[in-house]
Amino acid sequence: MNKTFEVIDHTADVGIIAYGADIEELFSNAALALFSLITELESIENIFHLDLEVSSQDMDSLLIEWLNELIYLFDVKHTLFNRFDIRSLTNNELKATCYGEDFDAMKHTLKVGIKAATYHMLKLDKNDDGFKAQVILDI
Amino acid sequence: MARWQGQLTKIDDYRWEIPQNYKTGMRVPGLIYANKEMLESMREEQTLEQVANVAFLPGIVGHSFAMPDIHWGYGFPIGGVAAMDVKDGVISPGGVGYDINCGVRLLRTSLSEAEVRPRINELINALFRNVPSGLGSEGKIKVSQKEMNQLMMEGARWAVKRGLGSEEDLNVTEEGGCLSGADPGKISDKAVKRGLPQAGTLGSGNHFLEVQVVKEIFDPHIASIMGIDKVGQILVLIHTGSRGFGHQVCTDHLRVMEGAVSKYGIRLPDRQLACAPVKSPEGQDYLAAMACAANYAWVNRQCIAHWTRESFSKVFGKSTEALGMKQIYDVAHNIAKIEEHIIDERKLKVCVHRKGATRAFPAGHKDTPTCYKEIGQPVLVPGDMGRCSFVAVGTEKAMVETFGSTCHGAGRMLSRGAARRSVKGQDVLQELESRGITIKTGNLPSLAEEASQAYKDVTDVIDVVHHAGISRKVAMAIPMGVIKG
Repeated sequence: MNKTFEVIDHTADVGIIAYGADIEELFSNAALALFSLITELESIENIFHLDLEVSSQDMDSLLIEWLNELIYLFDVKHTLFNRFDIRSLTNNELKATCYGEDFDAMKHTLKVGIKAATYHMLKLDKNDDGFKAQVILDI
Repeated sequence: MARWQGQLTKIDDYRWEIPQNYKTGMRVPGLIYANKEMLESMREEQTLEQVANVAFLPGIVGHSFAMPDIHWGYGFPIGGVAAMDVKDGVISPGGVGYDINCGVRLLRTSLSEAEVRPRINELINALFRNVPSGLGSEGKIKVSQKEMNQLMMEGARWAVKRGLGSEEDLNVTEEGGCLSGADPGKISDKAVKRGLPQAGTLGSGNHFLEVQVVKEIFDPHIASIMGIDKVGQILVLIHTGSRGFGHQVCTDHLRVMEGAVSKYGIRLPDRQLACAPVKSPEGQDYLAAMACAANYAWVNRQCIAHWTRESFSKVFGKSTEALGMKQIYDVAHNIAKIEEHIIDERKLKVCVHRKGATRAFPAGHKDTPTCYKEIGQPVLVPGDMGRCSFVAVGTEKAMVETFGSTCHGAGRMLSRGAARRSVKGQDVLQELESRGITIKTGNLPSLAEEASQAYKDVTDVIDVVHHAGISRKVAMAIPMGVIKG
């Protein structure tokens, strides 16, 4: 299986590197990496789904907006997701269906509180193997 | 990570300069407060490059400053200070940070170590029950949407009006606990939704509530004016900020600033430094929104201070007055302020960004509270939970050199991941307990991230600012009981 994501260190915070054969997979894996920091991905069941739309001025900031939208949903509605169908993705708009459930203290262990995705050291590259993105998260 | 190879010019044992010609585009030199050993560890990261990058920002005056507790942040380093001329300079949300008005509040008591030590477990449990903390914690105060607008505009007074604290607390809070210019119209629905349930919560990460014992008094006269009279006296230190609310405000406005950078043709070496002219609509909107978040944070610390007093009162069966639980001071250490400073012998209105830095105004300054006019504004410098914290005061030298600013804490040295790999939460807990420090946390594994070895020694940090003269150390206290979110 190809690499999906890695977690990297940053002095005050934490970072992720996500991979994808195509850009859709990259966005999906970045979201998975985010939730892997919050709780155990295996502990999340696909009980409901939510359609999300995010827009921004370019691909880099779209990735940040996408992650920030998921962080916002977790902070306010306590929703955890572990499956993402990216239905459409352009340079400045993303439509996705996210599968998961609400946080349940009896079932999920919270690991880290992620508060924001940042532009610091943000990298989104394409190479022969596909796409790769690095994002630092504020905790 | 490559070691930083840039040039540094030694000014004296505590001051080092990054010359303006280090990088084309720097508008002022960088000035770093550090001793030689600290400088070596700063070179291990790209922190000093960030100090140089901040010097690119339009309107910056004086220097781009680095305090001794500096570490690598987003765009701006944490522990950085930069002042921009309001006339033609910029404001940058990155120069404030995500946790707007993260800060510390210090309460004193008339209790002694001998009175508290036998009941520390009971006290910490009471505090843990009474002060909502931890990941996803929700507040005990229910705030309606309408009340939220009032809260954003009134700051700490909003809580005092509801019986959570007194007028006296406001007198010893930076800005009286309310930054002017707050406009709830500049706050997104998202920010409000994140803010409503989290008002009056400690949160997680490096935030804490600590019961401390005074261990050393360096300046008995100044200390006594703050009500710190003897070694063994019990203090309480509260460290928290604006929670998800501040983060959303920062995220929302960074997005606006992204557009502003191209609109105003600002050339930046790092995207996270996104900014807009202070006088532009984008700059003014951010200032108005930032003030809302700053006020939210003051409400937060005001509520927590009140519940702290309640808990002490319950455990010791005495009123908070009888326990002498007065507030010493409350400082913001992530904020931007419009202030007047003297530069090259002329008065200038500047926007001072303090990101992981504390205001340190001297004796006699108009914004130093009346009760501290003679000694200068108290500066509160928390260390990690295994070492100690300091109380200091602002000085005239800080006013002249650093726009009245100084350090804010110990400064992280190890990443959270590296800290977790080097030590386990359970071991940290046991080690601290063996040294007489009681810890209560809702998230044991994350305790490792806050272990002493992850931080610089705050004693070294305070010694640098003391010897450099930008603040003067007054007292030192060690932890006895800690609540970690």
